[in-house]
Amino acid sequence: MKRYILQRLLHLIPILIGITFLSFALMHTVSTDTVDILYDQNGGANEAAAAARRASLGLDQDFLTQYAVWVINILHGDMGNSFVSGMPVLTTIMDKLPATIELMMLALGLTLLISLPLGILSAIRKGSIWDHLVRLLSFTGNSLPDFFIAIILLYIFAVKWHVFSFLGTSLSMVPILPALTLSIAMSAKYMRQIRAVFLDELSKEYVQAALSRGLSYPFVITHYVLRAVLAPLLALLAVSAGSLLGGAAIIESIFLWDGIGKLAVDAIMMRDYPIIQAYVIWMSVIYVGVNLLSDIVCGFLDPRLTIGEKED
Amino acid sequence: MRSSKRNRFYFFLSLILLILVLSLLADYIMPFGPYDQNLSMALRPPDSVHWLGTDRYGRDMLSRTLSGARTTVCTALAVALAASSFGAFIGLICGYHKGKATTLLLRLTDVFLAFPSMVFAIAVAGILGGGTFNAAAAIAAVAWPKYTRLVRNQVLPLHHEYYIEAARMSGFSPLKILLVQILPEIIGPVLITAALDIGTIITEIAGLSFLGLGAAPPAAEWGSMMSGARNLLQTAPWTIFVPGAAIFITVAIFQLFADSLRDLADSKTPR
Repeated sequence: MKRYILQRLLHLIPILIGITFLSFALMHTVSTDTVDILYDQNGGANEAAAAARRASLGLDQDFLTQYAVWVINILHGDMGNSFVSGMPVLTTIMDKLPATIELMMLALGLTLLISLPLGILSAIRKGSIWDHLVRLLSFTGNSLPDFFIAIILLYIFAVKWHVFSFLGTSLSMVPILPALTLSIAMSAKYMRQIRAVFLDELSKEYVQAALSRGLSYPFVITHYVLRAVLAPLLALLAVSAGSLLGGAAIIESIFLWDGIGKLAVDAIMMRDYPIIQAYVIWMSVIYVGVNLLSDIVCGFLDPRLTIGEKED
Repeated sequence: MRSSKRNRFYFFLSLILLILVLSLLADYIMPFGPYDQNLSMALRPPDSVHWLGTDRYGRDMLSRTLSGARTTVCTALAVALAASSFGAFIGLICGYHKGKATTLLLRLTDVFLAFPSMVFAIAVAGILGGGTFNAAAAIAAVAWPKYTRLVRNQVLPLHHEYYIEAARMSGFSPLKILLVQILPEIIGPVLITAALDIGTIITEIAGLSFLGLGAAPPAAEWGSMMSGARNLLQTAPWTIFVPGAAIFITVAIFQLFADSLRDLADSKTPR
């Protein structure tokens, strides 16, 4: 087990290097001259001052040196300063992170509440009216972009029923509507996967064997099948967390929820490159971290996964 | 069973062709110009003249939605084509040739897969600046790696097939083997994945436009039409639900088409 966790952690290093390298290269190719951008916002500067500033920021160095310096700074907790507010990027991100994590947690919880019972129901009642209904729901949800789900929810809850005040201004302290939007979008995908994993497990021989030994169907489901599908379901949930992180940018902007996603969209409008860069890195690190965690938990749930790790 | 699957496939294929024809002929069939303003007719609910109502400048929603179909559908098809052929090409190379360079390429695809796709697309589009082309480029940049994985995993087991070895011994160049012997074997799953992908790409393009990172506001594009009408949800909900419904219907049809294509392929190759 220790070896497995170590192996997973080592696997992370090239991925993290790659993520930071790509983010850096992306900014580097497009915003070739940070100094120009900085001075343009302050009404331009003479060449000598610009050159001096470039030297002080290390922008006269070659690409790889700049990258190395930048990574070392990040490791020291310095992600640069925002072009707009002048505040350190790291503190800005840290300020907004709790709001996004709160939204994510609520959305994940709602997703499980919606998709687990419905997915299991459609699997054990395969071919019934319930199964068709769940599949129709899942199909509909999959065809709706998340921002349209947000608008439909706003229309129902704010315009028609007046449960929430319009367009998210002080939607209450808890992000119910944004979380519901994200969880509907995610459940549509997840229900389908739960159904598939369950059906696959139900067709295995041990289920037949247990039933023919006289064990009741609910007992077999709760004691055997549910346990067996826990690991794959967790892994699938971790993978779909990626769409949650991406969707958050749009949904937070619609509902004016003051998290990292809205911060990033606002930063894009103001061409605040350091913030965008930090956003990409943070979201990717969270995504990779969530998947690492799920890998490790899956390893505990199903120790077979920890041996015979084949290099593909 | 087979024939019903085939009928389903042809049914959805014809629906897709219908969408394509509608979007390509939009200029000839739409009742009004998509950019023709008429302020005296602003914010009219759907009626017999303007079937789907008008927006805040009195522009006909039906015409704008039809005109938007071309932007969205054609862009999505182009992105799917570009991402799948590029990804598949890299996958072919990585699967066929094992070496340091291809290992590095594979690691690179791993890195791309480690980014949550929409996060990366938002950042790329944000850095490149708005515009339909940049939004398409951003989405293609996150869509290709899964084809590389898919194709590589298909190509690897083919290595030891006799007909590949025979071709190799007959002195065929690697490129010729890849294109003539291997490509026909693996094209099916790539097409199915691409078909499944188009719906996602449409929603992603619309999402970027909704954020203001795709087609700019005056353009008739579904995502930006919805974004521009956000504050009309109370007074003129059709201005936002019409383009939304257009996205929903288009994505649904592409999904059903992809499913029917997969079912048809499954029944052809019994596992």
